[in-house]
Amino acid sequence: MHRHSILSIAKHALTGHRHWPQFWRTPAPQSHYDVVIVGGGGHGLATAYYLAKEHGICNVAVLEKGWLGGGNTGRNTAIIRSNYLNPVSTRFYDLSLKLYEGLSQELNYNIMFSQRGVVNIAHSRAQLRMMNYRVNALQHAGIEAEMLSIEELKFLMPLLRENSPSGRQTFGGFIQRRGGTARHDAVAWGYARAADALGVDIIQNCEVTGFNQSNGEVVGVQTSQGEIKTSRVGLAVAGHSSELATKLGFRLPITSMALQAMVSEPVKPVLDVVLDGTIYVSQSDRGELVLGGGTDVYNSYAQRGNLPRVENNMSELLDLFPAFSRLKFMRQWAGTVDTTPDSSPIMGHSPVEGVYLNCGWGTYGFKAIPAGGLTFADTIANGRPHPLIDAFSLQRFTSGALIDEGDSSGMDDKEALL
Amino acid sequence: MIQIDCPLCGLRDEREFTWGGEAHICRPENPDTVGDEEWGSYLFMRQNPRGNHRERWCHSYGCNQWFNLIRDTVSHKITSIYPIDQLAPESGDDNE
Repeated sequence: MHRHSILSIAKHALTGHRHWPQFWRTPAPQSHYDVVIVGGGGHGLATAYYLAKEHGICNVAVLEKGWLGGGNTGRNTAIIRSNYLNPVSTRFYDLSLKLYEGLSQELNYNIMFSQRGVVNIAHSRAQLRMMNYRVNALQHAGIEAEMLSIEELKFLMPLLRENSPSGRQTFGGFIQRRGGTARHDAVAWGYARAADALGVDIIQNCEVTGFNQSNGEVVGVQTSQGEIKTSRVGLAVAGHSSELATKLGFRLPITSMALQAMVSEPVKPVLDVVLDGTIYVSQSDRGELVLGGGTDVYNSYAQRGNLPRVENNMSELLDLFPAFSRLKFMRQWAGTVDTTPDSSPIMGHSPVEGVYLNCGWGTYGFKAIPAGGLTFADTIANGRPHPLIDAFSLQRFTSGALIDEGDSSGMDDKEALL
Repeated sequence: MIQIDCPLCGLRDEREFTWGGEAHICRPENPDTVGDEEWGSYLFMRQNPRGNHRERWCHSYGCNQWFNLIRDTVSHKITSIYPIDQLAPESGDDNE
């Protein structure tokens, strides 16, 4: 792998940046792999990287239907935080945050992780109590989080309007200072480049059309570029998980929804924290406001959103920050997210032997990429769930041991708006 | 913006409606005798197709009546609207 350093940048600058090498190869699929990962997004690429690096399994293919990182990995609002509620969740997401903190060095690729702090605002006493509960749970788990007074909120966000004409009041909030944003494309590219250097084949424009099974075990995958023999398949296809599950003969508790995001024209620095509430908004390094809200209100595989949600996000933004009313919005798009009944992911065994699940990430998949990849690789390599993701098994929808993160994932209050 | 032809009120914007999820999910007749697998399946497992989806909608800001329809989950094109107590027309069964 071509190492990035100040010397290599200087060298390429002197030669007019004409000789940068390709980040990864474009191989044709081989007839057999030890492990096939379906889905070339953050989770799939991270899994391939950790399979090669931590477990020495380098004969791995990542099959991507479209282009690398072109699904939800390239469509989210790039927020990273670990301020969840249940111990199984906070342990998992905090591992992910810690991995993010060292990821630029680990991958020798700048993911532009900016730990500017993630702030939640309470608009009712009930919300404030819930935040107190969450902050206590986080501190108990050894994760820093602190309550904020209204004055502290206004200090952090001078443009924030405390009480709006719509009747909304601000009661306080809390902050996780280690939270922030990263460049989401860079996370996919960094993992892809590092995985490729370890021998992983990343195959784009390769759609999985079916699976070969024998006695309840997977023995191969059929793709648009031919058949591939393998005994271990990891599915990391987010909103399209149900489709692949149908091909494998089982159902999932997943509903695919459209989740929208949008960016404004660039302006000078006006917001230097990530605000997470009924909407979430942050300012990118280029100065654009990056805005998102809840999912659209019906299931959808269209990677575009509906108008009521755009209007809802806008009115929420202006209710909080009237000063933004003159901003023009430049782009709007959507990703197909795989929501689950309890807003927690589904990882581990599937009903088919040799097929492993990494899905159900709903609206919170980006922040989970490093830990998702690390634990999923461990799960595939050893044929049993990694201890950190044991509770996220598909089996919990039979046993009833749900992990309700509706509040922490933001699904609850965002859904209540429409 | 989807427009839905409410059986009672006519064509209205999606804003006036509430989505009710997959239609034709049958509650097991005798829950006491049903195992965890079947009960979990009834509560949580969904078709979630890419393509035609049979689903329930309520005209919340109109007549407040529930009805079923078949919608394509990619194009959002609605091909059939039928009463809440009727079985799906044949065309909606291609995901089975």
